[in-house]
Amino acid sequence: MRKMKRTTVDAIISYGIVTIAFIIAQSMINNGAMTRALKGQMIPICVYIVMAVSLNLVVGISGELSLGHAGFMSIGAFTGAIVSTWLLGAMNVQNTTVRLITALVSGGILAGAAGALIGIPVLRLRGDYLAIVTLAFGEIIRSILNCLYFSLDNGQLYVSFNSPDIPGKLIVSGPAGTKAIKTISTFPAGFVLILIALFVVLNLINSRSGRAIMASRDNRIAAEAMGVNVTKYKMMAFVTSAFLAGMAGALYGLNFSTFTAAKFKFDTSILVLVFVVLGGIGNIWGSVIAATLLTVLPELLRAFSDYRMLVYAIVLILVMLATNNPTIRSLIVRMKNSVQQKDGIHQAQGGTER
Amino acid sequence: MKKLFAVLMVAVMLMSCAAVLAEAPLKIAVIGPFTGGADIYGKACKWGAEVARDEINAKGGLQIELIELDDVHDPETSINAYFTAIDQGAQMIDGTTTTGPCLAVSAQAFEDRMFMLTPSASNDGVVADKDNMYQVCFQDPQMGIIPADMIKENGMGTKVAIIYNVSDDYSTTIYQSFKAEAAKIGLEIVSETSFIEGDADYSTQVLKAKEAGADLVFLPIYYGPASLILRAAKDIGYAPVFFGVDGMDGILTLENFDTSLAEGVILLTPFSAYDTDEAVVNFVQKYTAISENGVLPNQFAADSYDAIYALYQASVNAGITGETSYQDACELLIKQFAEMEFSGLTGTMRWDETGAVNKLPAAYVIKDGSYVPYGN
Repeated sequence: MRKMKRTTVDAIISYGIVTIAFIIAQSMINNGAMTRALKGQMIPICVYIVMAVSLNLVVGISGELSLGHAGFMSIGAFTGAIVSTWLLGAMNVQNTTVRLITALVSGGILAGAAGALIGIPVLRLRGDYLAIVTLAFGEIIRSILNCLYFSLDNGQLYVSFNSPDIPGKLIVSGPAGTKAIKTISTFPAGFVLILIALFVVLNLINSRSGRAIMASRDNRIAAEAMGVNVTKYKMMAFVTSAFLAGMAGALYGLNFSTFTAAKFKFDTSILVLVFVVLGGIGNIWGSVIAATLLTVLPELLRAFSDYRMLVYAIVLILVMLATNNPTIRSLIVRMKNSVQQKDGIHQAQGGTER
Repeated sequence: MKKLFAVLMVAVMLMSCAAVLAEAPLKIAVIGPFTGGADIYGKACKWGAEVARDEINAKGGLQIELIELDDVHDPETSINAYFTAIDQGAQMIDGTTTTGPCLAVSAQAFEDRMFMLTPSASNDGVVADKDNMYQVCFQDPQMGIIPADMIKENGMGTKVAIIYNVSDDYSTTIYQSFKAEAAKIGLEIVSETSFIEGDADYSTQVLKAKEAGADLVFLPIYYGPASLILRAAKDIGYAPVFFGVDGMDGILTLENFDTSLAEGVILLTPFSAYDTDEAVVNFVQKYTAISENGVLPNQFAADSYDAIYALYQASVNAGITGETSYQDACELLIKQFAEMEFSGLTGTMRWDETGAVNKLPAAYVIKDGSYVPYGN
């Protein structure tokens, strides 16, 4: 039997752990062992995991600091809500699974298209400039969505800018956001979306394109000299990331009967970036754990009442300090080494951190 | 150490026994922003509810326990807070304070059959198509129609300028209904300018109003930006009549605000802490005793105080106790609210079939750092 590649084993372990976590959570829900508060957070957790994994593709793998990730999420959320309502109202599609899948895919496609559009000017910039421009684009997307009105009348979809005077029932109402959307997001759907995101991102990283993306990150000049089309590969990572964020956004949007564009402001982009940094830049698996813990944490800290967010910030700082402590880091490296030696895999270790 | 622990455990056990023996209190969740940018509203609702709770519990009979949960004015957090309230045994909700979160939570509560009475979420979408959702405050569109009529009838101004917050639904809705009503009754609007949340400079908007020759500026916005607009107007020596709605309430309690700037501002609110009415004086006294730095109650506080009393009155009439499940309580309360009349600090109210309230608004003028009824 051919021995599996280490990356394949890693990937299978990732899927396995996510699946086990899902089975445990789902059985707890079925047995009524989970509190309402935690149960209500299951879908947001899935959403933030996908957001963090997709942002990690840009920040960690492609090495570009993007501060506008929530913008793509909002495109997905609004698209998902509109598509789902339109399918129900105009096409009379009663099956929620069909509506959910269509909404997720169309949310992803539109966000991906926006990513491509934004990527063309943005990815020609480097470093800080790129970060600021993505931030600006995130805000532009939000401001536009804040002024859009959509309505459905006799199967006809109407759009207007800055005025609610359109026939039929409003679906999206400017700053008030979406109105009375049927919530069709489910926890299993969120789980499947996480698997898809992991599958796409892990496969991309371990492909020829992925190596080109990382080469461009590590040394742009050297990569260009080797004939790698840097902009093309950066674009690939950026659009894939936007696509996944759009799908996550659609799942998020269809989990709440109403949400506003204000939800997707700069804070949310930073929040997702915090998940990525805390989980370890470039570490996909870390993003999953960080997103889960940090989404649940504010609710767990309710006992601190008014000091809740202060404690939250202190926890963030402590985790950062702990994970960057050289003693703890070398301990982790040593543990890793001893495990790998047992497996008979000898690797030159040492300063593996980037 | 061990001994101390044992003693503590015994004390805890005794207390829990005592709690079982006494009749279970009615559990009402108060959900609102107690921290963050909108905390002044959430805290007011919290303290208002606490005053009502203390008064009711002192009377004996049915006791009330409040479950206070912070939602930071964020719909997602508000939903989480709502689920936590259910976990903690809430039977009905006084909340949520702000509109955005309330829209999200009320949809969920409608599915779960949890009764909600919001003191202050004024959007008409909050109660639309939900039989379990009621309001104590006025709805936003009314806040545009009433001022337009008032300005026309009393001749407060002939040329009106509007400055509104385009990124805020509350403000946009009032602006639209004001504009529609003005067109209907023939009130001239000479300038319409907007800003977005977080703007710090309002000189352009104020200058445009001045250049258009407006003698009245309608401000359907919250008091935060309103305070900056008043400052900007003063800086360019522009002194029209400023007319605000319920969001303006609270401007006098704003930290570091020069209250002389608000002199002559007219605002529409169902409650004034400066009233000499006995019930109001009593409420203000108890409220300032528990509020931070003894801050005066605003209409949110009064609305929330009324909400707790309305829930209490309805629960007593329907025979709801601490043992009733929230689903049962919901159906009983819906029946009560459909026909009951309730008189509180913010007026005598009845509710129509949608859940909107009927009560009378009053206009006040700010004079010497206090509210004086308009026309006196």
